[in-house]
Amino acid sequence: MDFINHQLFIKDINVHIDPIFPKKTAIITHGHADHARFGHDHVIATRQTIDIMKIRYGDKCAKKFTPLRYGQKYSIKNFDFTLYPAGHILGSAQVLIEKNNHRLVITGDYKVGKDETCKNFKLVKCDTLITEATFGLPIFQHPDPKDEIQKLIQSVKINKHNCHIVGAYALGKAQRVMNLLRQQKYNETIYIHGSLEKLCQYYSKEKINIGKFEKVSSKDKSFYEGKIIIAPPSALKDRWSRRFPNPIICMASGWMTVKQRAKQQGIELPLVISDHSDWNELLDTIKKSKAKNILITHGQEDALVYYCKKQNLVSKPLSIQGRSDEEIE
Amino acid sequence: MKKFSSLLHNLILTPSRNTKIKLLQDYFKKLDINRSYALAILSNQLSFQFIKASKLRELVYEQVDQHLFDYSYDYVGDLAETISLIWPTKKDGKSQNLSTLIENIKKIKKSKINTEFSKILSELSNNERWTLIKICTGGLRIGVSERLVKTALADLYDKSVNEIEEIWHGLEFPYENLFQWLKNETSKPKIDFKKLFHPMMLANPIDEEKDFIRLDANEFQAEYKWDGIRVQLMVSSKSVSLYSRTGDNISSAFPEIIETTKGDAVIDGELLVGRNFKPSGFNDLQQRLNRKKASKDLQKKFPVFIRAYDILFYKGKDLRKLSLVERRKYLEKFQKENKTNQIDLSFIINFSSWDELTKYKNNFHDDLNEGVMIKLKNSEYLPGRKKGYWYKWKKNPKLVDAILMYAQRGHGKRSSYYSDYTFGVWKESELVPIGKAYSGYTDKELLVLDKFIRNNTINKFGPVREVRKEIILEIAFDDVFLSKRHKSGVALRFPRIHRIRWDKPLKEILSIYDFKKEFNL
Repeated sequence: MDFINHQLFIKDINVHIDPIFPKKTAIITHGHADHARFGHDHVIATRQTIDIMKIRYGDKCAKKFTPLRYGQKYSIKNFDFTLYPAGHILGSAQVLIEKNNHRLVITGDYKVGKDETCKNFKLVKCDTLITEATFGLPIFQHPDPKDEIQKLIQSVKINKHNCHIVGAYALGKAQRVMNLLRQQKYNETIYIHGSLEKLCQYYSKEKINIGKFEKVSSKDKSFYEGKIIIAPPSALKDRWSRRFPNPIICMASGWMTVKQRAKQQGIELPLVISDHSDWNELLDTIKKSKAKNILITHGQEDALVYYCKKQNLVSKPLSIQGRSDEEIE
Repeated sequence: MKKFSSLLHNLILTPSRNTKIKLLQDYFKKLDINRSYALAILSNQLSFQFIKASKLRELVYEQVDQHLFDYSYDYVGDLAETISLIWPTKKDGKSQNLSTLIENIKKIKKSKINTEFSKILSELSNNERWTLIKICTGGLRIGVSERLVKTALADLYDKSVNEIEEIWHGLEFPYENLFQWLKNETSKPKIDFKKLFHPMMLANPIDEEKDFIRLDANEFQAEYKWDGIRVQLMVSSKSVSLYSRTGDNISSAFPEIIETTKGDAVIDGELLVGRNFKPSGFNDLQQRLNRKKASKDLQKKFPVFIRAYDILFYKGKDLRKLSLVERRKYLEKFQKENKTNQIDLSFIINFSSWDELTKYKNNFHDDLNEGVMIKLKNSEYLPGRKKGYWYKWKKNPKLVDAILMYAQRGHGKRSSYYSDYTFGVWKESELVPIGKAYSGYTDKELLVLDKFIRNNTINKFGPVREVRKEIILEIAFDDVFLSKRHKSGVALRFPRIHRIRWDKPLKEILSIYDFKKEFNL
């Protein structure tokens, strides 16, 4: 595992994983902006991640793209790379790197729970595991997302003259909320903030069931009574949300576990729906991977490092630049 | 328990007052023993002797690794919430109702508290656990005042909130008499009023433009408004007690009042520090506040007295339905009969026109009063802030021009706007903040400021934005003190935005030295 440094850089072959600055060769785990950036020479990723990058940054956001199927091996010199589903969002992948019989897995962002909007997480056994730890505290134990989405549906039923604005990240979470609503037989048109439109269209094209949606327009205020609107979290706090009738501000995020956080952000209806593993899933993945060496990135590393050490695993935090922002999910 | 805990959950997340009232009313539609407990909890009258924060920590360490708990607590920042989230839930726990749960907890013997209380916590859901721990540690902090609960009850059962206020301090758990009366099954509960703290009558600010046209000066009298703390003094042949505006018994902090007062009455007045009935300022008074006891030394250095405004009872007779003028006669009689060095009477200003009163308000140069109180001569003594009876008219505020430095988003109705402002004055070549204000501007000014801040942010510190130093605000404030806590060395009392000074160049802003000089600091 000495071949990769704390910036997820493999010097021998000049390859980066999820670099935040333009590089020669970049393996991208998924399309979120803190992982997928503009301007690399060569991007290696799943087809969907490449599509998403092109939607967000334009067709020329990298000079060359190499799409990989899940499970397809790609070699550079004596390094073999394989992508496996990470269950985080559409196209998200873990990266298995094999060199001289050493197996190293970079999970990227991942969740173990079921999700109809992407391929489910696949556990990959390895010697070294570099895991994320966004929710690396034992207070985070995600509830069943179906129960959470039912709270939204019930609230819509009861509060007929309000509209519900759900804050959800534009890529992944928004479409997952839409899909969960459909799973629970909510069949009305879902209204979306303009910044979500292209990505929703893409998910539809990829045959993800997000149902009928429509961009919010300057209709009569009363039109939106009883409707569900999905918007990026930044729009909730903004003047944008003031155009709607008696909005009930909701937010779909793992952070909503903590009432005080919800309150601080002015969220009236918190929905604990996360695209990351919770504490128990993180522990379970570490255990089942059989890895003896655990590196922890992204989030609340301290508690997880402490836990691994208690299990006699070699563990330390990796601090990757630009990845500590709580707002990013 | 489920219903009550989801009520608290919804209350804490709801910013709107009306929605809170609606939530409370939905819950109190039924009046049973569970609601009795709920009312006791919401008005902070329930506590468990053995279970405090330290005990809860002890219990949680038995359940989870101490380090993991500490990491989590550090992140969450709220004990009840951390414990409720981290506590291992037993899935098949049976749901109990609020009253059974509390009664069961009360029955636990001290020696068995650890095992039995832990068992209860395990059987509750996350949110119920949070609620129970909040109840144990006291102080719910869910943004619901006692007054709001009373308002919700009054509206729901077609009573006036004042009627509830009036008897509130004489009610006891489980509030059967209150509930029966609310349901119209009996008449209003009979309370021994002489022994009770009586909610005070409060004033509304006067609207100079509207009210002086509308109101007839001849129907009003005035008194100076003193900057002390409002108190209620209850004296009988058996005992003397002193209450704060919120009904807390503060007798032990002011022994000189308790020891010297005689007679049989309930007096409304202002507690002030000073000798020979000459008040010496709020800063001095602060030396006597928030203390349980006062040493002889402290009593000597900062002696207190009461300036009496009003009288509610005299020799067992309820005077509250009499007019202010009638009550004043009783007050004077009481004072004559029981003369001490600790009680004097508030001076009555008689005037025949509002212009005349203006002179009183402005001519009184003494810094120790804050303005005048204007009271309807024939006003009864009504609890709360009823409109149309008593008004306060504050002196013109002090003013200073300062430069807008930082801004933060506001709360409630201003939640999406940058509405909290920090402003400063020069100290050599840098700016030092002298205060923070989040009121006083018009809606239009707020929009202008909000837009300026969004377009002129030069730095972000978490939620705080630093802006280009271009906007000058005229700040109004009631008073200014020296303060070691602030970089500028001064602290303003009640600062608010008076207006935006588009006309003034930055260079003309005072330095902190000139500012102190101007206000004699």
